[in-house]
Amino acid sequence: MSDTLPKNNIFKVIGASSLGTLIEWYDFYIFGSLAVIIGHQLFPEDAGASALINTLAIFAAGFIVRPFGALVFGRLGDLIGRKYTFLLTLVLMGGSTFFIGLIPSYKSIGYAAPILVLILRLIQGLALGGEYGGAATYVAEHAPKDKRGFFTSWIQTTATLGLFLSLGIIVITKNILGAETFGDWGWRIPFLLSIILVVVSIYIRMKMHESPMFSKLKAEGNVSKNPLKESFNNKANFKMVLLALFGATMGQGVIWYTGQFYAQSFLENTCKLDFNDSRYILLWGIAFATPFFVVFGAWSDKVGRKWIMLSGMLLGILFYRPIYQLFLDDTNYTKVEQADILSASPAQVTSVLIANSTDSLRTVSTKVMLRNGASFNKVQTDTVSATKGILLGKEVIKDKVLPTPVFWKFVGLIFFQILLVTMVYGPIAAFLVELFPTKIRYTSMSLPYHIGNGVFGGLVPFIATLIASFSGSTPLSGLWYPIGIAALSLVIGAIYLSNKRDENIND
Amino acid sequence: MNTLKKFLGLVWMVLGPLTMTFLFIQAIDKVGLTHSDIERTNTILQWAIILFIFLPISLGLMIFGFYAWKGEYDHLPESSEEL
Repeated sequence: MSDTLPKNNIFKVIGASSLGTLIEWYDFYIFGSLAVIIGHQLFPEDAGASALINTLAIFAAGFIVRPFGALVFGRLGDLIGRKYTFLLTLVLMGGSTFFIGLIPSYKSIGYAAPILVLILRLIQGLALGGEYGGAATYVAEHAPKDKRGFFTSWIQTTATLGLFLSLGIIVITKNILGAETFGDWGWRIPFLLSIILVVVSIYIRMKMHESPMFSKLKAEGNVSKNPLKESFNNKANFKMVLLALFGATMGQGVIWYTGQFYAQSFLENTCKLDFNDSRYILLWGIAFATPFFVVFGAWSDKVGRKWIMLSGMLLGILFYRPIYQLFLDDTNYTKVEQADILSASPAQVTSVLIANSTDSLRTVSTKVMLRNGASFNKVQTDTVSATKGILLGKEVIKDKVLPTPVFWKFVGLIFFQILLVTMVYGPIAAFLVELFPTKIRYTSMSLPYHIGNGVFGGLVPFIATLIASFSGSTPLSGLWYPIGIAALSLVIGAIYLSNKRDENIND
Repeated sequence: MNTLKKFLGLVWMVLGPLTMTFLFIQAIDKVGLTHSDIERTNTILQWAIILFIFLPISLGLMIFGFYAWKGEYDHLPESSEEL
C-alpha cells in the first residue's frame, strides 16, 4: 500500500498515539485501583461493604458511558479527522482526572462528594470512549497490510501499561507517605499528577499529522456526512457491528477485566492480602506478560486473528475457577497450628466512640508472624455498649503477607491470566479495523469495542462482587459472570467469525 | 455450517428475553431481601444499573439471532465494498 509510512515514521506514529492512550488508561484506572480508599472518602463511615459496591458502581459508570463516547467522538473522528478528535478526548480525560483529585470528602460536603465524582467519572468514560478507536484506527491506517496486527498491538499494550503505571505510582506514593497519610489525603496525588502527563502528551500529539487514509478521503470529498447513520442504518454494516460485539469484543472484555482487575480486587478484598503485596503481584505479572501483546499481534498477521482470540477465551473458561481456588487455599490462615507461629505481637486495643451514641467500637489487633515467612493481622472489632455490655465481633484475618514461594506462585497465576489477556487483546484492534470501511471506521469499530470492554468487561468487578455477596454464594461464585460471557462469545465467534484477513482497508 | 448458524439464530433470539426475565426476577428477589431503607436504596440502584445496561444488549442479541436465522451471516463480506 503506497499510503503507508517508512518504518522510522510509523514508530513515531505509534509512539505519539500510544503515549496519549497510555495516559488516558492511567487516568481511567487509578480510580479502580483505589476503590477501597475512595469508598471510605466518598461515603459514610458506617456504609461498610455497600461503600465498596457503590464505589465500584461509580467506577463502572465510567465504563458504561464509553460506548456513548465512542458514538460522539467516533462521529467527530469520521467528520473532522482522527488527530483533532483525540486531542479533545485527551484534554477532557486529563481535566476530569485532575478535578477528581480535588473533590472534598463525604465528611466535608456529604453526598455532593460521590455525585461530583460520578459526573467527572462519566466525562472520563466519554473521553476514553472516543480515544481508543481513534488511536487504533490512526495506527492501522498508517501500517502496511502484512504488519497491521504487529503495529496495532503496540497500541494494545497501552491499556495494560496504563494500569501498570497507575499501580506503580500508587504504591510509590503510599510507601513515601505512609498508609495513614495516603488514606487521608495522599490518594489524591496520583489524580493530580495526571495533569503533567496530559500536558506532555498534548504537546506531542499537536505535532502529529492526520491519517493518510482520512486525508485522502477528505481530499476526494468522500468524508462521511453522517457516520452514525451510515454505521447503524445500513443493515449490512450494523450486522457486522453485532457480530464484532457478540463474537469477539464481549468475550475479550471479560477476559481482560478478570485477569487484570477482578484478580487484584479478589486478592485484596476476598483473600485479604496486604495492600502492597496484592499490587506487587499484579505489577510483576504485567511486566512479564506485556511483551506477549506484540507476540500475538504479530502472530495474527500470519495465522489470522480469530483462533488466537478464541483460544484465550477458552483457556479462561477452563482455568479461572481452579486459579481462584488456589488463591483462596493458599491465603487461608484460619487453621494455623501453634507450632507454625514464630511470634505474635501484644494485642493493640483502640476504642472509638460511635457518633450520636454512648456506645463505642473496641478494636483488638494482633500481628502474627509465621515460621514460613508469612504474616497477618488478627483483628476483632467489638461493640461496647453501656446498656447491653460487650457484643463480640467476628475475628478477621487481614493484611496478609505471603511467604516468598507463594508470592511467586501467585505472580505465575496472574501472569497466566494476563497472558490470556494478550491473546484476546493483542490482535483485536487489527481485527476490528479490517471489519469496517475507512469512512465509518472510527464510529463502527469503537462501538462494539467499548460495549464489549466498557460494559461487559468493566462491569466484571462490580457484578462479580455483587454475585459473591448474595446469600448462599461462595467466594468463587462471581466468576460465573466472566465465564458465562466468555463461553457465549466463544461459541458465537467460533461459528460465525471468519479467520480471513481483509488486506485492503483503504476503502 | 450455514444450517447450524441459522438454527443457533433461534437460540440467540430466545436467549435475549430469557436473560432479561432472569435478571428481572433476580432484581425483585434481591430487593425483597433487604432489611433497611439504605440497603434497599443501594440494592435498587445496583439492579437498576444492571437492567438499564443489559436491556438494550439483550435486544441486540435478539436482532443478531434474527439476522443469523435469516441467513445474513452465511457469507461474510470479504471486501468493504460488500458492506
